[in-house]
Amino acid sequence: MDSVNSISEAASLRLRDLNAVLATGVREDGRKLDEYRNIDIKTNLYEKADGSAMVRIGNTVAVAGIKIARGAPFPDTPNDGVLTVSLELLPHASPDFEPGPPDEGAIEMSRVVDRGLRESKSIKYNELCIIPGKSVWIIYVDVYALDHDGNLQDAAGLAALAAVLTAKLPEVKIEGDTVTELETKRPIPIVETPVPVTVAKVGDHLLVDPSAAEEEVSSVRVTMTTIESGVVASIQKSGSDSITMEEALKIYDLAFARAKEIRGKLTAALGVSPA
Amino acid sequence: MVEAADSGSKPLLSPDGIRTDGRKIDEMRKVKMEVGLLKNCSGSAYIEQGKTKIIVAVHGPREAHPKHLAQPGRAILRTRYHMAPFSTSDRKSPAPSRREIEITKVIREALEPAVMLDEFPKTSIDVFIEVLQADAGTRSAGITAAALALAEAGIPMRDMVAAVAVGKLEGRVVMDLNEEEDEHGQADMPVAMMPNVNRITLLQLNGRLTRAEFEEGLSMARRGVDQLYEMQKQALREKYTSSEPAQEED
Repeated sequence: MDSVNSISEAASLRLRDLNAVLATGVREDGRKLDEYRNIDIKTNLYEKADGSAMVRIGNTVAVAGIKIARGAPFPDTPNDGVLTVSLELLPHASPDFEPGPPDEGAIEMSRVVDRGLRESKSIKYNELCIIPGKSVWIIYVDVYALDHDGNLQDAAGLAALAAVLTAKLPEVKIEGDTVTELETKRPIPIVETPVPVTVAKVGDHLLVDPSAAEEEVSSVRVTMTTIESGVVASIQKSGSDSITMEEALKIYDLAFARAKEIRGKLTAALGVSPA
Repeated sequence: MVEAADSGSKPLLSPDGIRTDGRKIDEMRKVKMEVGLLKNCSGSAYIEQGKTKIIVAVHGPREAHPKHLAQPGRAILRTRYHMAPFSTSDRKSPAPSRREIEITKVIREALEPAVMLDEFPKTSIDVFIEVLQADAGTRSAGITAAALALAEAGIPMRDMVAAVAVGKLEGRVVMDLNEEEDEHGQADMPVAMMPNVNRITLLQLNGRLTRAEFEEGLSMARRGVDQLYEMQKQALREKYTSSEPAQEED
């Protein structure tokens, strides 16, 4: 059982100040309420990984590495490859992060990255099948939060996405039950770009891409992962407050608009786009 | 874009909009609620929603334990969502899974906006949600029952909380997925709301919805929450108008 992470006394005083500032339409760091920070994306950082990416959102940094291995499919999906995402909040990222088993916040963040990528069905899992029922590609996506200045959720999600988009898996030769990996490689079959965007509620205001200072006083955060067509593929409300239906729809509109811009940056930085 | 069709399996929705269990698109499963069935806790509730069966116990407000968790100005709300090993087709390990840890967190955050924690400084209000049989919609049914148990415990609340999962089958938005629909459907969106103040306290989505479907899903969830709220009130009334003597408070 875990206890509540409440907004502290100091934070509630800060919230009062911040609410007044936000009413002017400008945030403490000079951004507009619906403005994302600068994003910097680097890929193929680690030769021994099958794919890797580092994403900076302002001062927030996350890195993702991919290892691909052959393994058995799940019994209920014998013709599908497997994607598994895990996330660790390294002590490097914040004095508040301890090594050891992840707490509920880290588990939630990891599962939201996983859902955005996996449940969007943007990856063609049937094209990751080697021998039906016996052998499939398993894609391990491991994400590290390296520096925390708010919105680790999106940084982690974008790093995972950028790593998947640039990862390569070997072509294989199949003779009977014998699988030989060839020198030639191919990209992971992904047909859309599921981009997560987090919106925090601070006082009465919806803030896109919250900084650490904003997260500290926010009562609710909503992460929505959208794809090119405008389909929303995963949603997570996090935090001990409520939102209205109008706010939920407003958050969708913000998330979709920002995701479109981020997708442009991503394809420009990667030089690849989904097939 | 092309929506991935569910290939190979039988359709989950007939052309005239009837689901595999005979329900209509906006029809909830049969729901049964009971309040105050356990003697040793401050409040308790049992819910059946289709084949999903959940029992909830509330203890407190009581002294927070361990003590360092206590907050000077308010109570802490602690929750545990847990599935019994026998609740699923394959035995579930009793150790809390990552899924259960996440659901525990989102359930707590779905209840917190309603519970008036300021009334009980330094105490803990503990909500134990035990899934006895899982057939989809366990987090939402767990929330509906937890709110009932909190009400029976006499904890002041701003509003009730009720929850339902809406989903998408064969391109149509539907109410309250069962397990088969959850497994093979195109989307699953659990929504918890406070019905009188009309606010969302839990919102998650797995799967794919267009903006229009998202909006329709929210409205459908709202209607489901209204139905559940009526049943919650009825269940509480039955508890307090029954001929049995009132349970003693400690």
